[in-house]
Amino acid sequence: MSDALTISKPPDEALRAFLAFLLQEKKAAAVLTLDRIGKDAAPAYSLITDAKELESAAPLLPIMPANAGKLLAEITELGPSPEPIAAVLKPCELRALVELKKLNQANLDNLLLISFTCGGVFPLAIRNNGGINETLPAYRDALAKGEVADGIRPTCRACEHFVPYNADLTVALVGGPGSSGTSTFLINSSRGAEALEGFEGERTEAKLESDAIDALRAKRADEATKLYTESETAAPGLDGLISIFGRCLSCRACSTVCPICYCELCYFDSVTEDPAPNKYEAQLRHRKATRVPPGTIAFHLGRMTHMVISCVGCGMCSDVCPVSIPVATLFSMVGKSADKVFSYVPGKDLDEELPLKKYEVDELSHLGEERIES
Amino acid sequence: MSAAFVPNIVGFFCNWCSYTAADLAGVSRSHYEPTVRIIRVMCSSRVDPHMVVTAFLGGADGVLLAGCHPGDCHYVTGNYRTRRRFALLQSMFETLGLDTQRLKLSWIGASEGNRVGQVVTDLTEAVKQLGPNPAREAMFL
Repeated sequence: MSDALTISKPPDEALRAFLAFLLQEKKAAAVLTLDRIGKDAAPAYSLITDAKELESAAPLLPIMPANAGKLLAEITELGPSPEPIAAVLKPCELRALVELKKLNQANLDNLLLISFTCGGVFPLAIRNNGGINETLPAYRDALAKGEVADGIRPTCRACEHFVPYNADLTVALVGGPGSSGTSTFLINSSRGAEALEGFEGERTEAKLESDAIDALRAKRADEATKLYTESETAAPGLDGLISIFGRCLSCRACSTVCPICYCELCYFDSVTEDPAPNKYEAQLRHRKATRVPPGTIAFHLGRMTHMVISCVGCGMCSDVCPVSIPVATLFSMVGKSADKVFSYVPGKDLDEELPLKKYEVDELSHLGEERIES
Repeated sequence: MSAAFVPNIVGFFCNWCSYTAADLAGVSRSHYEPTVRIIRVMCSSRVDPHMVVTAFLGGADGVLLAGCHPGDCHYVTGNYRTRRRFALLQSMFETLGLDTQRLKLSWIGASEGNRVGQVVTDLTEAVKQLGPNPAREAMFL
């Protein structure tokens, strides 16, 4: 049980009112939230300072035009935000932010982090195909029942971390109030409690864990097994990798949108990795043919070695891939197995160091240790 | 094919222990399989996992990472970090359905000249069983 505030408005409306309250009361100088901008109301993240601008905000819209963890890191990469910012993030965006903090790319000091139990997001293409509005009722229905919603990103279907970690406030959506028209904000930190002080609602005690959440967790676990063992990405081998990445355009969209890939210049775009003319010559001396440009698998597997340990499985990479490579499925699958080796969950524990930044003297003794008696 | 197959193994040897051991093996005129191409690195932890991936995709039949025994690292903790990176690589190869047996991590102390031969011969035998790395022939780097 934890402290909570019950508000007599549906979650989306309640959250918008709360964000406006934060700005009006000067508890936050700015709010980072999903917004609908332009005349076709395209969803995009906005940093808003005027409560009036919040009318078009859609903080709970199930779509991810960018990983907000990455956006917050860009805002705070040089140090804490000089003024308090309230941000509404999906659980995986929050996990990405925590990973970026561990990578010294973000600062959480002056941020109020609001998250929610997440039902997953729709692929961005929905923006172009008639909009998201028609699908919302069915989505909300599935969410209230603790079911896997139709049409969401594949990695969302398989995501078991839909209850946020490290949020100051959590809005209950999964198994939530449904049509009753109320919403519950759970208070997880003193910062969250301070922010809610004075906001209209009924102070209660509430428990986030519910049957619906348990049910969804079990269904997501089944989906994960299905996704990671039955799709083309399951143990592809070299041949499989060639067919998966053979269609890669080397556009680098996957690493551009990846929240964990923070390098200003990617190593794989550096001169070192540039296929100089003599490389073709050298390769063709012992191969009958070579792909031009080469190095698509090398890029993806190389990028994998660099960031996969922190992969939060947000699915941005797959979503932006112009040739529909299941990048996210592959990366989150490898990430999961690597994280298992180190008993690590990316973005869960702020104080736990990144697995590759630390070591234990007594561990992994099966590696490299066979001594040969002579 | 397998009768004539001579594996190509890329070896990353740490300067302080394993490379010195390989030197000792040479000075002691101990014989070992001429299958390994040794690249000297200042510490086994200097080997970014992607270098192993690059060697593998470049067609190396085996990749050998050799460093000081745990506790003996010239930089105190380098080989512990190598061990973690190797664990990452192994789980990555396993999940992707690539041959983990082509990767090997060995601790070879500076005085273990004989061990160099044994480690290289062992890996060579193991790789011979597996046959050539399919990436050798593949049209990809």
